[in-house]
Amino acid sequence: MRFLMMTTDDRSADNPPDEAMMAQMAEFIEEMSKSGVLLATGGLDPRATRITSSGGKITVTDGPYTEAKEVVVGFALIETRTKEEAIELSKRFWKIVGDGEGVIQQVFGPGDVPPGQ
Amino acid sequence: MTASDTHRAIDAVWRIESARIIAGLARMVHDIGLAEELAQDALVAALEQWPESGVPDNPGAWLMAIAKRRAVDRIRRQQRLEQKLEEIGHGLETEDPAPEFDAVLDAVDDEPIEDDILRLVFTACHPILSPQARAALTLRMLGGLTTEEIARAFLVSEATVAQRIVRAKRTLSEAGVPFEVPEGAERAGRLASVLEVIYLIFNEGYAATAGTEWMRLDLCQEALRLGRILAELAPEESEVHGLVALMEIQASRSRARTGPSGEPVQLLDQNRALWDRLLIRRGVEALLRAEKLGVPPGPYVLQAAIAICHAQAVTAEETDWARICALYEVLARVAPSPVVELNRAVALAMAYGPERGLELVDTLVSEPSLKDYHLLPSVRGDLLTRLGRLDEAREEFERAASLTRNAPERDLLLERAAACASG
Repeated sequence: MRFLMMTTDDRSADNPPDEAMMAQMAEFIEEMSKSGVLLATGGLDPRATRITSSGGKITVTDGPYTEAKEVVVGFALIETRTKEEAIELSKRFWKIVGDGEGVIQQVFGPGDVPPGQ
Repeated sequence: MTASDTHRAIDAVWRIESARIIAGLARMVHDIGLAEELAQDALVAALEQWPESGVPDNPGAWLMAIAKRRAVDRIRRQQRLEQKLEEIGHGLETEDPAPEFDAVLDAVDDEPIEDDILRLVFTACHPILSPQARAALTLRMLGGLTTEEIARAFLVSEATVAQRIVRAKRTLSEAGVPFEVPEGAERAGRLASVLEVIYLIFNEGYAATAGTEWMRLDLCQEALRLGRILAELAPEESEVHGLVALMEIQASRSRARTGPSGEPVQLLDQNRALWDRLLIRRGVEALLRAEKLGVPPGPYVLQAAIAICHAQAVTAEETDWARICALYEVLARVAPSPVVELNRAVALAMAYGPERGLELVDTLVSEPSLKDYHLLPSVRGDLLTRLGRLDEAREEFERAASLTRNAPERDLLLERAAACASG
């Protein structure tokens, strides 16, 4: 099963990551690749561009946004056997980062039947 | 957290940690079967205690600590027994053996766990075991799968798998197979044995038609995961990257391999928009890692390179058949087999015209190992059709139809035979 783990708020504006945390995170990411779990990962520019389509009219709004939680700042695409495994890995991630917020969502692949079908 | 939540959480921790725990213990006790039993003891302890106490902060370390304690108990008991026997013999007191165990424990903490996992891979895939036994042992010890899950994946009974695993452990123990990564001349052969098992697991899942049997698809995932782990543990082995590349590319086609009613779709007829770009990219990266090592390509690297030729063609028409021919030619030298020759014939026909392909196919007609292989007459029929020799083509398609066990494929072959008859 594939999961997209997204960080929507890592409080990095208030608490910039220190060297110790960066080292721990690097080690964690290495461990995730070594265990064959991590498929892709990356950080995102918080100056997002929002596109809204309504009644045939498309509106483009450039960030940054005042509410930190409005955009994704980082993601990891992982492959695990169960959702619980993804949650356990996510817990380890947040133990390193500290305070913040994120979401985990399953990415449907071949063999997964999306709900309602 | 409810009890069943805790159980699912334990299950997740086990899948993440079990290989590391078993590998670490195996270095202490020099027996992977015993190491697995001790790890299982720790799992039982977690199942007993965590629903009450909650999941500990560092669950992996908790499990390892319990398992190590059990290992030390076991060694002490063994030593006391041997000491008793000795005392009976000589009537002598010996020194307290405790410091030695502490040294062992410290050593376990010092060495990187990755080395132990690699030792575990090589031991579980020892050629002394049958490929089926190696596969079961590998999925259990490195994949953290239960006997029941392995049984379901391989469509055999749980008792069969359980017996396979027990026998495999006993065989390794009785043969005194050392817990180590083979070096020198032995290494290449042992590595081939490991790769064979991983590819067997992958093909077991891949050969099944997709969609209906989700467990089989999971088997492909397991194989990919094992391959990806191995690529990090043994980055200097080009064939490991070759196998990973091959599996990534093959897995990238999962969604395109079957039609709406479950019928198989041939590679050249697949909707390439359904191919998984992420897996293709990972496959290409894995092949680049192999190529960077600068050693002559082995069979997996070559097969991966061929698979990537297909993956990089935007349409079937744009396939670089000349390059595929050249790769098959090298493959036929490195790992000669009639099936490789047949594939090479197809590539030759695509690149240089049906005569060239037919020339090679005709040399394979008397090959005993291809006697009942339906693809031989099927390929021959196709080439004869393209050359306008329809009567001969019809006979080949009918022969192919009588040899295949796959119903939709048989229908297709009979249709082609009928088309030849009507000119």
